[in-house]
Amino acid sequence: MREYVANVVQAATSIFDGLSVTFSHFFREPYTIQYPDRMPIPVQDTLPYRYRGFLDVDLEICTGCLACQRACPIDCILIETRKDKETKSMLIETFDIDLAKCMYCGLCTEPCPTGSIHHTREFEGADFSLESMVRRFIKEPVTAYKPKKKGEDDPVVAPILERGKRYIAEFADPKDDAPAAAGKGG
Amino acid sequence: MLEFLNGLAAANPEVPGVLLRVAGMLAFGALVVFVFILPVAGITSWVERRVWARIQSRIGPNRVGPGGFLQWLADGLKNLLKEDVIPQAVDEPLFRIAPYLVVAGFVAAFVAIPFGGSLIIADLNIGILYITAITSLVVVGILMAGWSSNNKWSMLGGIRSATQIISYEIPLGLTIFPVVLVSGTLSTQGITAAQGWAPHTWHMFHNPFLLVSFLLFFVCALAEGNRTPFDLPEAESELVAGFATEYSGMRSLLFFLAEWGNLYVIGALVATLFMGGWQVPRFTDDPTLLAVAQFFTIFLKAYFWVFVAMWVRATLPRIRIDQLMALCWKYLVPMALLNTLGTAFFMVLFPEGSLVVRIALVAVVLAIIFVFARRVRFHLARARGLGYGAV
Repeated sequence: MREYVANVVQAATSIFDGLSVTFSHFFREPYTIQYPDRMPIPVQDTLPYRYRGFLDVDLEICTGCLACQRACPIDCILIETRKDKETKSMLIETFDIDLAKCMYCGLCTEPCPTGSIHHTREFEGADFSLESMVRRFIKEPVTAYKPKKKGEDDPVVAPILERGKRYIAEFADPKDDAPAAAGKGG
Repeated sequence: MLEFLNGLAAANPEVPGVLLRVAGMLAFGALVVFVFILPVAGITSWVERRVWARIQSRIGPNRVGPGGFLQWLADGLKNLLKEDVIPQAVDEPLFRIAPYLVVAGFVAAFVAIPFGGSLIIADLNIGILYITAITSLVVVGILMAGWSSNNKWSMLGGIRSATQIISYEIPLGLTIFPVVLVSGTLSTQGITAAQGWAPHTWHMFHNPFLLVSFLLFFVCALAEGNRTPFDLPEAESELVAGFATEYSGMRSLLFFLAEWGNLYVIGALVATLFMGGWQVPRFTDDPTLLAVAQFFTIFLKAYFWVFVAMWVRATLPRIRIDQLMALCWKYLVPMALLNTLGTAFFMVLFPEGSLVVRIALVAVVLAIIFVFARRVRFHLARARGLGYGAV
């Protein structure tokens, strides 16, 4: 008889407390992230600065050295260069990156002398055709960048080079990591 | 309703009166089904998903219409357009009829459920008995679905449903007994009329036994409606979908329609039997305005219990079949019997009821609600972290 009553009391009190726990959830924020269309901030902004997303190339500071093409273990980078007879400067004619092939290993960004090729925090590449994943960076031939001995003085190129150098430095030394937006990863 | 039909019959003597009454009731019944039961069952599905989601720190369907309100229409339309698959090995006639029986069982209960002082399809003098009897038709449908599907899961689901619903019919009837004792009638309108609009005049607070009876009734009604924690017939984790496993499209949806609609039946019964039904203070003499107020009163009371059923569903895990049977026969039936006896004794002691006991019971319930609010605050204070919205 005592056990019987104890069972009833235990059932009643535990259900009572259980209901109070679940009821308290009505006053809490839901955890759901309504990706992609109802985000308080774009999800890209919440990723770490050194996130390895799509590759991007700053053609203003690309030296055309082909270091990245040689570093790529799966040959997803294709660069074609040619020497201009008249101006004696290097012209980059093709710079294609097949992002469908790319495995985001980051090996191409390490040998780059200027930090021209770098990962972005962009990752949304869903498309109906595989060909659209090939990023063609060059529409008409571009003159390759030549490092200057006394430092860069062109007001347009200087900040880009600055960013590239910083990118290399941060890749080499993780302690230097300065996240652009301090957000929760996930 | 009946008075109106009687008046109509008196005005048209050339038409047989019985025919007119039957036709009138059928028309009113169809009206209730289409403008009330179907939307309420559908909207309940959306409300349930939202409530459930919030308890689990999710958001729930919020894309179709404002706040996802039209989700139920989208789901209904989708299921109507789906193929109605009839597997080869099933017993076809039974397989086809089963969902209709289930729906008929719960829709027929609405005949005696009051929506207001004058809003009832038929004020049967055995109203509450009729409801408990007619809702048993659901078992027939479920057992039929389980058997005719020719599938072990469905079969087990059907058998479980039969055991469960037939067992819980007994405590359910026994918990209604004290109410019938107190109000002296089986008619749902009579039971409502025996109560007042003020909380302390409700049957729930008539005596301590009725308060317990009220809780037991809710538990039994949940079991009758195959709701979690008693949803063994369709236990997803063990029986795929139980008796509904082989059903697809609209036939499958009909089972769920019955389940959600049944929630409202449970709520309306609790409101009618224990919480004063449609009783409102007589604030106006306009019958239309009064009817509207009465309708909303009982609707809100009923829907509160629908909400509690959803909340319980999100809180408690499913119980085992032996636990289910033990709960019914070892706990609910003896306690319900005790309540009946206790109420009878109470009525001998206080033939007119006791205002002191009523007020004291209201105070007890208020105290429980207060303690509950304290517990909720305690759990909220201990809650850790915030969602993505805090970024």
